[in-house]
Amino acid sequence: MDEIDKNLLNAIQCDFPIVHRPYAVLGERFGLTEEETLTRVRGLVESGVIRRIGPSFDSRKLGYVSMLVAAKVPPDQLEDVARIVSSYPQVTHNYSRDHEYNLWFTLVCEGTDKLNRLLEEIKRSTGVRDMVCLPAKRVFKIKVDFELL
Amino acid sequence: MMTDKQVAIVRALQHGLPLCEEPFSEPAQIAGVDVDELLRQIELWKQDGTIRRFGAFLNHHRAGFKANAMGVWNVADDMVELFGRTAAQISAVSHCYERPRFEGFPYNVYTMIHGASRSECELVAKRISEATGVTDYKLLYTTTEFKKSSPTYFREENSPNLGDES
Repeated sequence: MDEIDKNLLNAIQCDFPIVHRPYAVLGERFGLTEEETLTRVRGLVESGVIRRIGPSFDSRKLGYVSMLVAAKVPPDQLEDVARIVSSYPQVTHNYSRDHEYNLWFTLVCEGTDKLNRLLEEIKRSTGVRDMVCLPAKRVFKIKVDFELL
Repeated sequence: MMTDKQVAIVRALQHGLPLCEEPFSEPAQIAGVDVDELLRQIELWKQDGTIRRFGAFLNHHRAGFKANAMGVWNVADDMVELFGRTAAQISAVSHCYERPRFEGFPYNVYTMIHGASRSECELVAKRISEATGVTDYKLLYTTTEFKKSSPTYFREENSPNLGDES
């Protein structure tokens, strides 16, 4: 990654042009042709730096509810339980952490009823009873873009 | 409420744009709208906050953020607002929420901290602690990332699980 890549990355994280030919507009800003710009962005996608280019929706505005769940899983079952939890499409994040509550996952569902039913289903399919729902009471920050180091 | 057309646009956009000169053409076609209408809807959604951000999403590991810690803080109830606002100002903190305490877990504020290393995360937490006077906190590090994906909205029945895994 050279300086131009870094500048390009920082620019397209929060300010991707919403126009017919965005790479032409971006290229103009950095003194590149449309083709050069697209080639660089393609390189960043292929090397795995960029995961995707698109929107991040506010799930609440689309009528969805999200929930963080902390689970206490017997350590020898952690891998198996994690695999079952991850298999639900409504589970977006699923991490193990170094704590007695050792599995932390987030659910995004259409409404509270569906969310509660899904959680009961997950408890049943994993056999883990100790799952704590941790709804956000107040949101102080959700940041989705990062200045590169 | 969303119109059928808006639902179709969310479906067409949510997994990202194709990499080509005119990346909005294909999603417009899939959603059954013309490109100008699609661009207008995106701008409107950006303005009203339905779209938080439109752009490139990075793999933080590849971009130099090797460590991430979930900081959990035991903050006096009447201090939460001030604590939240202070932590939110720190650029290494990506998310900050108040959540309920639970049995055996007295922590009520969560901060996601990203850094190049664990010691960098620890330094950030120490700065938050010093700035707020809150000393009862823990950093819970990720041991395995089993899943990290974007949600799929308005999933069509019987459609396969197409979350963009990364």
